[in-house]
Amino acid sequence: MKYVDEFRSGELARALASELEQAMPLGRELAIMEVCGGHTHAIYKHGIDELLPRGLELVHGPGCPVCVIPVGRVDDAVSLALEPNVIFTTFGDMMRVPGSKGSLLDARSRGADVRMVYSPLDALELARANPERELIFFAIGFETTAPSTAVTLLQARDEAISNFSVFCNHVTIGPPLRAILDAPELRLDGLIAPGHVSAVIGSRPYEFIASEYGRPVVVAGFEPLDILQSVLMLVRQLAAGRAEVENQYTRVVRENGNPRALEAIEQTMELRDSFEWRGLGSIPRSGLRLRDEFAGWDAERRYKVPGLSVPDHKACQCGQVLRGLVKPWECKVFGTACTPERPIGTCMVSAEGACAAYYNYGRNRPTRRDKIQA
Amino acid sequence: MSEQAPRRKPRLRDERITLGHGAGGKATHTLVEALFLEELGNPLLDPLGDSALIDAGGTKLAFTTDAHVVQPLFFPGGDIGSLAVNGTVNDIAVSGARPLVLSAAFVLEEGLPVSDLRRIVASMAEAAREAGVVVAAGDTKVVERGRGDGLTVTTAAIGLVDERVSLGAEKVRPGDKVIVSGTLGDHGMAVMIARGNLELEVEIESDSASIFPLCEALFALGADLRWLRDPTRGGLATTLNELTEASGLCVVLDEKALPVREQVAAACEILGIDPLYVANEGKLIAIVAADRADEALASLRTHPLGAGACIAGVVEAEPESLVLLQTAFGGSRVVDMLVGDPLPRIC
Repeated sequence: MKYVDEFRSGELARALASELEQAMPLGRELAIMEVCGGHTHAIYKHGIDELLPRGLELVHGPGCPVCVIPVGRVDDAVSLALEPNVIFTTFGDMMRVPGSKGSLLDARSRGADVRMVYSPLDALELARANPERELIFFAIGFETTAPSTAVTLLQARDEAISNFSVFCNHVTIGPPLRAILDAPELRLDGLIAPGHVSAVIGSRPYEFIASEYGRPVVVAGFEPLDILQSVLMLVRQLAAGRAEVENQYTRVVRENGNPRALEAIEQTMELRDSFEWRGLGSIPRSGLRLRDEFAGWDAERRYKVPGLSVPDHKACQCGQVLRGLVKPWECKVFGTACTPERPIGTCMVSAEGACAAYYNYGRNRPTRRDKIQA
Repeated sequence: MSEQAPRRKPRLRDERITLGHGAGGKATHTLVEALFLEELGNPLLDPLGDSALIDAGGTKLAFTTDAHVVQPLFFPGGDIGSLAVNGTVNDIAVSGARPLVLSAAFVLEEGLPVSDLRRIVASMAEAAREAGVVVAAGDTKVVERGRGDGLTVTTAAIGLVDERVSLGAEKVRPGDKVIVSGTLGDHGMAVMIARGNLELEVEIESDSASIFPLCEALFALGADLRWLRDPTRGGLATTLNELTEASGLCVVLDEKALPVREQVAAACEILGIDPLYVANEGKLIAIVAADRADEALASLRTHPLGAGACIAGVVEAEPESLVLLQTAFGGSRVVDMLVGDPLPRIC
């Protein structure tokens, strides 16, 4: 396949892997976090981890939009979905995430009208087509998906569509990274920054990681050669004692990002004082809410939601997985009580979740196999 | 390891049927084993092969049935009529038997255009001729508008088992080769795209066809032909997982060798679907002894349906009960059974 095979060449991969081997600083163990769940998925799907040199470990980060939504927000979504006359729309993965009283799919089997959409614009279209019903869109995701929600809101306002509202759970990537770097229990040497988020925000917002924390960052694409090359760029920085923000994904990411997308977010949304993250707790100024001008389209202001903070299932270690403290296969319920068919935590639900990636693709790795029932 | 341990019996914990139970993956298996086998189990049904093998006074017969629901009823490369014939005939063929007769039961929805029904039945007749079978029995029911999905067809078939072969997961040995008769995922992608809601402007034709000629070409291998399947619902990945689960062996696939049409690969890439899980309706997976693999390939390639046949992988003893893929990139990964229903229902 043109424009894809070029980034998956086994020959180039072997060449890069041997360069990486030679670039490794002698006698040092390196821990590099791939922030984004899309990268985690690609790493296991293509077996990139098997090409890494000894002493280099990849640590999975919090960049999985479904994974970071806490139980309380899922409960709020279920309560909105059960409101009379509501059509509740969401991305597919989110339907299976268990809340304290079941998932959105369970709500559907109890009679709620929950539908999967591919884009918030599809939800707006449903609002136009069903003027007698109330449409709510469950908005989740980092700066990657926030612009499409923003554009949808602007369109709803311009067309004065009043039976449409957004349950906004958009988050920003910077604050959780700072929280992880501040945590004393994890020592990271460098970060692979997410490509799609960076297409919107640019590479500049990661500067603090280099300047304040002295850690190198490389913004990476999602093809396997992108990821391997990014690891090499990080290792070279570390070997040379540099800590800079570099951009490997130049075919998509600009230093200043996408100004029009940022403008749309800015017009419609503002930072909340604080937002609760699964596993990371409440982080100041890390989540987005709708601006007052859009109060009429804000589901949290139009409906009563419980708004409670609800602890994770007792056995679930998603929080530690999201912070890179526990490997998926080290979780007590991984592959036994928690599987993709019957997930307990979000990391096993989402295709981008680290647990789902290990479970689906990585079970042949010797360290992990003994944990799983055949 | 757990070689001697009896396989755990799955438990059906769901309270209601979901679309996932029809997707051919883990949920389907749980439903079949924990509900249908629990109630209906018997020595003929229990092996859960493509057909039941029946001894009828010294003659060995293969018997199978299949319900067909597909939207849209017509798609590039076929329709529900040809699909209903080929799907059932293929289940007989991969059991090592020559298909003889078919039955067909139609559930028609009030309002279905007669012209559509005629096209579908004519297409069944043509598919039956090509497969060398006749429709020997049938039934028709009509249901109220809104309760029938246009039309559903249930077919059953009887075949005569070829004395030269004896197939089964227990016949497979480490070292055997895995042969695939052609490109993967054509039928599933054709149907998904024909639904028209993905807004992809590419035409992909279903591979719906009778694969009996391909199977027959391999029967001459006798005991060196170990196992045959047509990878329909759930695709190659799910079918091979059934083999590794039943045999306790491991199948290692070579991603570089797997044949996937350019358009199918591109559509899958865009939709985030793995072609290994997409349905086929005219393809064969054969496991043969390593020293007969070249001969098997040569016989398959003499037939137009097998022109693209290739060796896609090899059977190994370990790791136990697992399908692995050597990625083109140089790593490896597990190829698990399909979980739930990430794809629209297609057959």
